[in-house]
Amino acid sequence: MTRSEAPRHVAYFDHAATTQVHPSVVDVMMRCYSDTFGNPSGGHTVARAARRAIDEARDAVASIVGCAPREVIFTSGGTEADNLAIFGTPGHAVTVATEHHAVLHAVEHVGGSIAGVLSTGEVDLDSLSAVCTTNTRMVSVMLANNEAGTINDLDAVRRTIKKCAPNASLHTDAVQAAAWLDLREAARSADMISMSAHKFGGPKGVGVLVARSGHDPQAQLVGGGQERELRSGTQNVAGIVGLAEALRITDRDRAVTNARVATLRDRLADGLTQIANVHETVERSKKLPGSCHLCIEDVEGESMLFLLERQGIYASAASSCASGAMEPSHVLAAMGVPIGRASGALRLTLGVTTSNADVDHALAVIPDVINRLRAR
Amino acid sequence: MQVLMAMSGGVDSSVAAALLLDAGHEVVGVTMKLWGGESDTGCCSVSDVDDARRVAQQLGIDHFVFNFTEEFNEHVVAPYVDAHAKGLTPNPCIECNRHLKFDRLMERAEQLGFDAVATGHHAQIVTAADGTLAIGRGGDAAKDQSYVLNMLTPEQLTKIMLPVGGSQKPELRALAEARGLRTASKPDSQDVCFITSNAGRVTFLGSRIPLRQGRIVDTDGVELGTVPAIELVNVGMRKGLDIGGGPRRFALDVDMENQVVTVGTLDQLMTEKTVLRDLQLHHGSAHGDVLVQVSAHGTPEAATLDGDTLRWASPHRKVAPGQSCVLYDAGNTYVIGAAIAR
Repeated sequence: MTRSEAPRHVAYFDHAATTQVHPSVVDVMMRCYSDTFGNPSGGHTVARAARRAIDEARDAVASIVGCAPREVIFTSGGTEADNLAIFGTPGHAVTVATEHHAVLHAVEHVGGSIAGVLSTGEVDLDSLSAVCTTNTRMVSVMLANNEAGTINDLDAVRRTIKKCAPNASLHTDAVQAAAWLDLREAARSADMISMSAHKFGGPKGVGVLVARSGHDPQAQLVGGGQERELRSGTQNVAGIVGLAEALRITDRDRAVTNARVATLRDRLADGLTQIANVHETVERSKKLPGSCHLCIEDVEGESMLFLLERQGIYASAASSCASGAMEPSHVLAAMGVPIGRASGALRLTLGVTTSNADVDHALAVIPDVINRLRAR
Repeated sequence: MQVLMAMSGGVDSSVAAALLLDAGHEVVGVTMKLWGGESDTGCCSVSDVDDARRVAQQLGIDHFVFNFTEEFNEHVVAPYVDAHAKGLTPNPCIECNRHLKFDRLMERAEQLGFDAVATGHHAQIVTAADGTLAIGRGGDAAKDQSYVLNMLTPEQLTKIMLPVGGSQKPELRALAEARGLRTASKPDSQDVCFITSNAGRVTFLGSRIPLRQGRIVDTDGVELGTVPAIELVNVGMRKGLDIGGGPRRFALDVDMENQVVTVGTLDQLMTEKTVLRDLQLHHGSAHGDVLVQVSAHGTPEAATLDGDTLRWASPHRKVAPGQSCVLYDAGNTYVIGAAIAR
């Protein structure tokens, strides 16, 4: 249990929190730091090299997301992209109760309205219609949920808001989805798309807001006028280059990775749901391939995570607050999961680096931990 | 032993963790997140968690945060508000120790496989005359916290460690300083941790229960003035009673139903006996000579315990209803039990 008995095998099941930086991303970033250190806003050769690196990254991102290069705005991450979309689009804003706090708190901050979800975690289109008006300027619906893994059908959302909020831009937080879904298809209905590099093998501290033509947000950072004056501040050149490389690898390998990880996830979820009173929160057809979200009755989440960590399983439950304490999940509450079930929530998220051995280890450890906690 | 060290982010628990490591124990640090609201006085804020985590990092131990806000609200905040509403004196620190640190946390520690829970309290675990464990006075008399640990049973004490309980505070600060711990010169926490010094009790309680004006009368029924919130008046209180000049007068009785505070002189405040409820005796018998302390840092006074009645050796100020009366052995070295004043 303690440090003197360090776990023999460690298995990282927290890919929704962050991912390991891909080795080739590290390579391109290191080269960038050493060779392409110029300020991209400058005019000389050194500056132009940095500018070119960013322009190439912008082209790569645009082709993978399915937008024009000029529609790509580089930011400091997913939260900034979400905030830029919402604060940068004045007027009535609408979002959904299960959104990441980067969206939810921003919409609450501007006095917006919150729509409900179905028990699967999908946006409730009737509820969405009910809170939209002709004055609504922003509707933000996440593409995939960070806790439950549920995927939203943005085409259906678009059809709904066409009727009830015809003057609104549709923004989607695709921070979780970008690792798994082809955004050319899945986000084709969105006018604005947020992404964060560290969720798909890139570095922390860099993200993207795609704002399609006619949906430019108002700048929230003013200064040197970078990013078409929509996001001032000297660009994080290496980060942007790393983001593009990570997205390129993700897109290239997506079909193979998704199939492989889904198989691992299925084996994990099948094994764990053999245990009495362990429930899969959302049916697999409705969620991301890397998501295994369980509600475990008669177990306290904090105790479970502590014991899992001691045995080398790194997972999470709901989102953490600034202090590091576990907070009750607003996502599960919105989905109507009873408190008794939600308090034993376990989020295992798999990713590119997840192996068969990781799943074996989880299947060996987790049932014992559950039994041990239930025995007390 | 495998010890779960409760780290508040203060200097005492920081040094306690270090001493446990020095003694060869396997230590895991935990900070309990107790209060979800605003706080700038006590042990519950994010910056305190940051301090605890940084100290744990410096000591090379794992650190976790357990969220017990729900239990804290249920067992500490709600009873605190309820006591004020009824005109009783609440004991939030005692209830927090009883229900959070030495119930919820101990239960969690046992579940997770720890042998003991340690805290940075200034109190010592000693052997009582009956041969079982008792909570003894802290080594630093000015910091002694045995009063707020009165509920600990001999059985619980077998699984509790108080590594700094015998130390002097300046000594602990020096130890923290020597190890470069960032908590070395952090001020002691005080007051009720969930009430901000800025907003205060009136704001806190006013947002939860109606605060009612009370009439102040003397023992002959003559009206002397008013108090803005009778819920904040305790028997024995002198400050905050707006009755102008004259001799010093104290609250002798608080009649919540009729919203009347009766005041009188110090002589009138004195009593021969105090009736108790909820007596919990860890050692000794319910009949005999004891020393009694009625506030966290009060002076122990001699009395005879006679079942549910304390007969004071010499006249004693009336104890506010709801106040914890902690009983010590005749030698004033350890807690033998505790009760609540009726």
